[in-house]
Amino acid sequence: MAFFTYETKKDTRSGFGAGMEYLSQHNPNVVALCADLIGSLKLEGFIKNSPERFFQTGIAEANMIGISAGLAVAGKIPYATTFANFGTGRVYDQIRQSVAYSGTNVKICCSHAGLTLGEDGATHQILEDIGLMKMLPGMVVINPCDYNQTKAATIAIAEHEGPVYLRFGRPVVPVFTPEDQKFEIGKAINLIEGSDVSIFATGHLVWESIQAAEILLEKGIKAEVINIHTIKPLDSEAILKSVAKTKCLVSAEEHQINGGLGDSIAQLLIQTSAYPMEFVGVNDSFGESGKPAELMTKYGLDANNIVEKALKAISRK
Amino acid sequence: MTITQLKEKSKTYRKKILELIFHAKAGHTGGCLSIIDLLNVLYNHVLRIPSPKDPSRDRFIQSKGHAVEALYVVLADQGFFPEEDLKTLGQYQSPYIGHPTKKIPGMEQNTGGLGHGLSICAGNALAAKKDKSDIKVYTILGDGEMAEGSNWEAMMFAAHYKLDNLCGILDYNKLQISGANAQVMGLEPIKQKIESFGWSVKEVDGHNIEELVNTFDQLPFENGKPSFIIAHTVKGKGVSYMENVAKWHHGVPSAEQLEQALAELA
Repeated sequence: MAFFTYETKKDTRSGFGAGMEYLSQHNPNVVALCADLIGSLKLEGFIKNSPERFFQTGIAEANMIGISAGLAVAGKIPYATTFANFGTGRVYDQIRQSVAYSGTNVKICCSHAGLTLGEDGATHQILEDIGLMKMLPGMVVINPCDYNQTKAATIAIAEHEGPVYLRFGRPVVPVFTPEDQKFEIGKAINLIEGSDVSIFATGHLVWESIQAAEILLEKGIKAEVINIHTIKPLDSEAILKSVAKTKCLVSAEEHQINGGLGDSIAQLLIQTSAYPMEFVGVNDSFGESGKPAELMTKYGLDANNIVEKALKAISRK
Repeated sequence: MTITQLKEKSKTYRKKILELIFHAKAGHTGGCLSIIDLLNVLYNHVLRIPSPKDPSRDRFIQSKGHAVEALYVVLADQGFFPEEDLKTLGQYQSPYIGHPTKKIPGMEQNTGGLGHGLSICAGNALAAKKDKSDIKVYTILGDGEMAEGSNWEAMMFAAHYKLDNLCGILDYNKLQISGANAQVMGLEPIKQKIESFGWSVKEVDGHNIEELVNTFDQLPFENGKPSFIIAHTVKGKGVSYMENVAKWHHGVPSAEQLEQALAELA
């Protein structure tokens, strides 16, 4: 059976673009910056509506973060945008000192996170960005799962006073969450209730986890699927409640296992109630060139591997 | 404030900086003495800061954060916090730490890691332009700091956006922690470099109060262009045994050395 259906597939970055277009009309304090990737970040709508609130920085990401900090000090709500690799790893010191340590109200919004930009290969596929950002004190880290949720998250973070990292991607993926949903930072969403295993997924892996739950159900296994769109602050309550019932779990993310969502969950559980846990993520490797689907299969970021890991977790109960 | 009064202020500030660093047993003595005349003229002649949180205030961010003791002395003198509080400098739980933080009234941003200040100031200046505000934004950069690539990104940006409400100031004492700029990483020809990035540049003696006042009074040097002041300074200025000696970058005077320094500044 299908737990969720969808009518269209869209890229999450377009959800970001739609959210920005909304903000151009509804929040005069929001300004947008981009390091020469307007098309990739889907900023055309924002720029069309509010050209005076858009600042091209050129391919100079360090300066873009500093400019954003300065705009935030002056009371603006800057959205600094580029690819995830160049918006996090490349400019870590700028983010650390001028955004996180200074507590400036900067939103770092990055597309092309993870493996799924495909053909461009490892230089453009960052798999460490969640870890880098979640380590910074005060930084909120969000990885929404589809177009609608990305749009909602984009709008919601403007209301949060403080630094935020919002990551999304390029491939078209099923749009299965409600249109015009309200996005609550730090509030996990229980998508499928189950009693045998908990699957905690973020970003593109949420849909794969739903598919995995369908396959597991055919085997008579009831998986609970929870969408952890906010990696930091982590919804500890939702996680603890679920594992208290299922007694085993899988984390699933398009990111290194080191430093990712799974790490955060494991850290929580080892201090409270350690259950058998399996990790779906990239295992200490850089990405490579290929079609997104090929790469997701090779690196085990798909429904089949989630099923396998779920069965393993259950067997370890 | 008159030129004579400003000159007296510089003397007083120098003594206070030395006493502060001696008391805390830590600080960037050479750089503080190098920028103190710049800070003096900025805070007592140029900047309009009715109070630290006044929205209409001009903004100053010290990009070379390590010379923070000079800024502490000047901000205390502005009455932003009691000078007495500085006795806790560097102590456990004191807000007065070795680099600027926003916790201190009058400090706009956390700095310390180099190459951040110019970008932040450019962002601030851009926001002021968009808001049609007449706020002016100033930063002091270290000469060693100019090797940071982000400064040159900010240079391009500020010229591109015609931020003539922005003023960069180079504390050009020609020495950095490892030695002479020329040996560590040559800056010259710095004036031509900055001009070629689209800024309007003037060179001054960074310890000549009259010259500094006259130069700041000419801002912006050209409409539609950000301004840059290359202030030729002396590391450790005012204390004979510190002047132009790189080891005073992070040196703390002994009791005898302090006594001699204060005598020279009397």
